[in-house]
Amino acid sequence: MSGPAPRSRDFERRAYVEIHNPNLQEAMGLAKQGFVGKRASAVAAVPEWEQLRAAGREIKEHTLAHLDWYLERFEAKVRENGGHVHWASTAEEACRIVVDLCRAAGARRVTKGKSMVAEEIGLNEALADAGLERVETDLGEYIIQLADEPPSHIIAPAVHKTKDQVSDLFHRHHRQYGLTERQTEGPALVAEAREVLREKFLTADVGITGANFLVAETGSTVIVTNEGNGDLTNTLPRVHIVTAGIEKVIPTLDDTATILRLLARSATGQEMSVYTTFSTGPRRASDLDGPSEMHVVLIDNGRSQMLGNEFHHMLRCIRCGACMNHCPVYTAVGGHTYGWVYVGPMGSVLTPLMIGIEDSGHLPNACTMNGRCAEVCPMQIPLPDLLRVHRERQHASRLDAPRARMMLRAWAFLARRPALYRRVVDLGARALAMLGRRRGRLRWLPLAGGWTGSRDLPAPQGETFTRAWRAGRRPR
Amino acid sequence: MSDARARILADVRAALRRTEPLPPSVARGLEQRVAAPQANVQPAVDGDVVERFVAKMTAVNGLVTRLPDRSGISAALEAHCERHHVPTDIVVAPDPALDDIAWSNRFSIERRAARGEDRLSVTGAYAGIAETGTLVLLSGPESPTSLNFLPDDHVVVLDARRVVRHIEDAWATLRSERRTMPRTVNLITGPSKTGDIEQKIHEGAHGPRRLHVLLIG
Ligand code: SF4
Repeated sequence: MSGPAPRSRDFERRAYVEIHNPNLQEAMGLAKQGFVGKRASAVAAVPEWEQLRAAGREIKEHTLAHLDWYLERFEAKVRENGGHVHWASTAEEACRIVVDLCRAAGARRVTKGKSMVAEEIGLNEALADAGLERVETDLGEYIIQLADEPPSHIIAPAVHKTKDQVSDLFHRHHRQYGLTERQTEGPALVAEAREVLREKFLTADVGITGANFLVAETGSTVIVTNEGNGDLTNTLPRVHIVTAGIEKVIPTLDDTATILRLLARSATGQEMSVYTTFSTGPRRASDLDGPSEMHVVLIDNGRSQMLGNEFHHMLRCIRCGACMNHCPVYTAVGGHTYGWVYVGPMGSVLTPLMIGIEDSGHLPNACTMNGRCAEVCPMQIPLPDLLRVHRERQHASRLDAPRARMMLRAWAFLARRPALYRRVVDLGARALAMLGRRRGRLRWLPLAGGWTGSRDLPAPQGETFTRAWRAGRRPR
Repeated sequence: MSDARARILADVRAALRRTEPLPPSVARGLEQRVAAPQANVQPAVDGDVVERFVAKMTAVNGLVTRLPDRSGISAALEAHCERHHVPTDIVVAPDPALDDIAWSNRFSIERRAARGEDRLSVTGAYAGIAETGTLVLLSGPESPTSLNFLPDDHVVVLDARRVVRHIEDAWATLRSERRTMPRTVNLITGPSKTGDIEQKIHEGAHGPRRLHVLLIG
């Protein structure tokens, strides 16, 4: 697979740096509070939530089980409405198609709405290499474009930036437009970006957006935004290009309604995002605005390889971000630590599939198995189970850490010998109880310096669970 | 047909343990599912749909003014311009349904698509959805999409009889009244906003800073 160069091998070092980065910690603290609380109240307000989740899962499972048919149905409908459909097996193919379309349109300036699949295929670099001016129009994407950084969250790409950092960026980059005063308040910063980007919207030759859904019933591509940037991107330029993964297709408009109810609540705690837009082909003959050409690029890039096995669950993902907002690892280390496009629990499942486990071995292990991600995932994706599959494969192909292998081997040896296991555990519990007698906890343990480096281990009370159980002191 | 298309479809089929397209009997079932869509589970929306629409739209900071009939539109708009200090050169969608508005001569009116410098637009709406306080706007020669996004203020004239309960009801109406999807269908729920700076919500990101629904009847 391909796309942007991965830096996931660097996870451990990066995590250490970010945990000590005050800006990141401040920004992530704000984000965590906001996302988690808003989602919780939005979900609590819908008694039908669990039924909606089941229905959403059912829609996607049905579509995936007949994916070839639905893709062809969608394609036929787009064509019927005067649009074009292109197919790309790989990231390179997808980039080539988009760049060729831009060239054919004689484009110089390209506006872009937020699209994770565009990040995944490395479209930004491809457009730059082709000499095209790319303007990100989602405010968060625009901020990280100025900072020359990748997104750190799938729906809030600049979540790692503080307001102060945004002030600095705008101050530095907006001078060229005669905006020399350093703005420090949120509304003034938003107004400044609006002013700068307005000009770009009006003069772009091509607009590129992603798609939250592709509707087989009508041949529509659907985007969901709050800012309206996606709509200025798909309405004003002469050519509209949509990049979408093949798993985005669903049968009908009614099915979009179900998943929309899950999406906004899970992502931002809204009942509906501000703008949900269905684009079907190019402008009609008598329309006064809208693009004269519309192209949809359907991208596989490894998805068909996930379809036939346990990872097909991941193809239900609607990129809402709830799993990362609720992940203790993600909220501590931030998105950049993951070293590739997709972050948090969904990223730790997807990245090894897309760039290979050799380059991303830390990711499936950066998990406490607390299960929050699967509980909040609106599409009921069993994320911890999928991480475990990665770990098992890693172990089977001897790609996990040597020390972990050694410990696991020792544990397996004992676990197969129950009498010995009991004796060893018994001994261990007594020894630890003695060591921690004075304080009731331990500040240091052999072989676990990493663990006790930041917290104490409560000392065992001198008896194992099995022993207590046998003695009949069963909990009621 | 491109190589990539053939390859992707072959890969998808292989993953689904097939080599051929679906047999016609199965395909017919799918075609039926798509041709006669059924609503899935819907959240309960009790009570009066118009009141619910107003409450939901207001909750997302959309402005709503209820008018008994269309004769009050011009005055409501004058009040809007005064309150929000918006100039009275306005753009009105070239929609015949808006031809009957008796505009006060304070307004200077153009009927066209939007331009970058426009401050206020007036458009109709195809429907309202009570469930979430959402407007449904369709593109067409009489309702250019740019009017919904470029101006600072977007004023929407909505007939209260067009308010439906759920999103699916709007789709059902659309299917029965139109043969094909228009180029653009906008579901709009409040004014433009962003939370991209420290997760605080600011309005007027790229689209309208104010969304004002004039609800007639
Ligand atoms: S895995 Fe689930 S929670 Fe995470 S982004 Fe995808 S749909 Fe949302």
